[in-house]
Amino acid sequence: MNHIAPGRNAGVYNYDEIDRRFVSERVEQFRAQVARRLSGELTEEEFKPLRLMNGLYLQLHAYMLRIAVPYGVLTSRQMRKLAEIGRKYDKGYGHFTTRQNLQFNWIKLEETPEILNELAEVDMHALQTSGNCVRNVTTDQFVGAAKDEVVDGRVYAEILRQWTTLHPEFTYLPRKFKIAIMGSEKDRAAIRIHDVGVFAKRNDKGEIGFAFYAGGGLGRSPFIGKLIREWVPEEDFVAYLEAILRVYNQYGRRDNIYKARIKILVHELGQEKFTAEVEEEFARLRGPKYRLAPEIVAEIRRRFGGPSFEDLPPVSAALEQAKAANEAFARWVAVNVTEHKAPGYAVATVSLKPAGGIPGDATSEQMELVAALADQYSFGEIRVSHAQNLVLAHVKQDDLFALWTALEGAGLGTANVGLIGDIIACPGLDYCALANARSIPLAQAISERFADPARQQLIGELGIKISGCINACGHHHVGAIGILGVDKKGVEFYQITIGGDPTLTTAIGDILGPAVTEHEAVDAIEAIVEVYLANRHDGESFLATLKRVGHGPFKERVYAAH
Amino acid sequence: MALLKAITANRLRDGEVVFLKAEGVWVERLDEAALFEDAAVADTALAAAKAQAERDQYGVDIYAFDLTLKDGRPDPVKARERIRALGPSVRTDLGKQAAA
Repeated sequence: MNHIAPGRNAGVYNYDEIDRRFVSERVEQFRAQVARRLSGELTEEEFKPLRLMNGLYLQLHAYMLRIAVPYGVLTSRQMRKLAEIGRKYDKGYGHFTTRQNLQFNWIKLEETPEILNELAEVDMHALQTSGNCVRNVTTDQFVGAAKDEVVDGRVYAEILRQWTTLHPEFTYLPRKFKIAIMGSEKDRAAIRIHDVGVFAKRNDKGEIGFAFYAGGGLGRSPFIGKLIREWVPEEDFVAYLEAILRVYNQYGRRDNIYKARIKILVHELGQEKFTAEVEEEFARLRGPKYRLAPEIVAEIRRRFGGPSFEDLPPVSAALEQAKAANEAFARWVAVNVTEHKAPGYAVATVSLKPAGGIPGDATSEQMELVAALADQYSFGEIRVSHAQNLVLAHVKQDDLFALWTALEGAGLGTANVGLIGDIIACPGLDYCALANARSIPLAQAISERFADPARQQLIGELGIKISGCINACGHHHVGAIGILGVDKKGVEFYQITIGGDPTLTTAIGDILGPAVTEHEAVDAIEAIVEVYLANRHDGESFLATLKRVGHGPFKERVYAAH
Repeated sequence: MALLKAITANRLRDGEVVFLKAEGVWVERLDEAALFEDAAVADTALAAAKAQAERDQYGVDIYAFDLTLKDGRPDPVKARERIRALGPSVRTDLGKQAAA
């Protein structure tokens, strides 16, 4: 076996023999299931739920394999394996998703068991990436590195992974169940649009506890998660979540797929009644059996290891010199680099959104380059963000120029993180069997229109999010500008919303007016941006300007020609 | 323009998009697919294709879709079927269109 050596990486959970045996057994189980399907022993109806439990979907062109990247954290070795699988079994590229996973689009059923076997060699799998189970728990892409971090969410996300993977009560939930955890002051994980959002924090005594939000979700009926408990002590973390899931399992609707998510249950029962049900269940569960002992938390935390940061001055003279000498690099630092908790280090985001590119797509060569750069500059560790970018979380400020130079050479040096070119887009009708319209061509056209990096920086933070259908994988509801693809008698149209917000002040965007054609959509986005720039006060965000001036000027300008 | 129908599936073992050419015969290119002018005949062929594909473990997700003839070649009415027959519009180097 060729496993990752414990302690080699900065912040990736190290599997033990139990973890490895479990994943290997699941591979062999699926290998037998595929053989039985191909021989006709299993019908498609019998086989479909089994393949979905292993992340294998049937899409427009082929099977799609969704590989779990637990809470978005990867080792360089795992990234190299993904690159190798992309080259060997797919068409040399993969797609990073809004759930911090990776999808391959051209997979053969008969080769899938071998792919899963290769993934298991590097402690990876495709479990909990599909089906009506607790899905891959997501968290802040800057976890363990951000200067504003209060609690390391990885530890609790991993506890949930272990707790949910084989939990018999949660194998057949009414619908899928998505949990996001945030442990910093700023919400970078969009927790209130998840079935359960967890906000990890500390009290005055420094003890760790959690605020729980429930009933958030996008899709056909978007809802913002409601705060159901302000403080759950660490030892009750699992018990409280189990209580929520039990209430959902008991009352969630299984008769209507459109009403099966917990958001509908919370909405129909009402926040007060739902909370009372959870509290009642929690009171029953609370006790030794469900107590999350500090020793367990400490052991999980230990298995993540941790980088040994050098004692560095807080400001790097080399970085300052490089910025002064190179305008493009200075812009990249200003836009893509975030403050690190350790002096002299920085968090670098690698944009997968070049102008005119496909959001979230990376070639095998690019994956290998990022893996090599992670080894060289960031303790061999990589993160995937829900915004479909990659992150090298622990880079010495002294090394940023060398890192950027290498990224630039591979088309990965785009300075647009959080700006208008950093568009979130689902695969849309180019790949997805559920989509009504294409998302990617519109994202490409918009990013080309706003390709000038200086103009993007002038516009400032402005999130565009595009979904190709009402399932909202592209999070369009919470985009400052959201775009939803719709099918009108076989023709693709795009409905624009404005005013969405994915942070803790979550807001669902409002529909601006009638849907527009693909051709009109790019001009409409430009019109919205122009109205914003013409009306904004100094330093005012898009959402603040919108709140002050209202929808009128935007609507008027976009539909002026109609 | 008169609507025609063709029958499509994904091949079980590799997911490849295939089209029914004749009873029990599937092809990878829409140009070679059987085109049905009569909806009732298409329905009968679809039922037979489903039974055959399940019996032989050949194809899944089998259905009929609308198309017309454009310059003598089959042209799906819906963008979804055009994209299935060709490949992703954003990666013309991939899919069936790449080998065209």
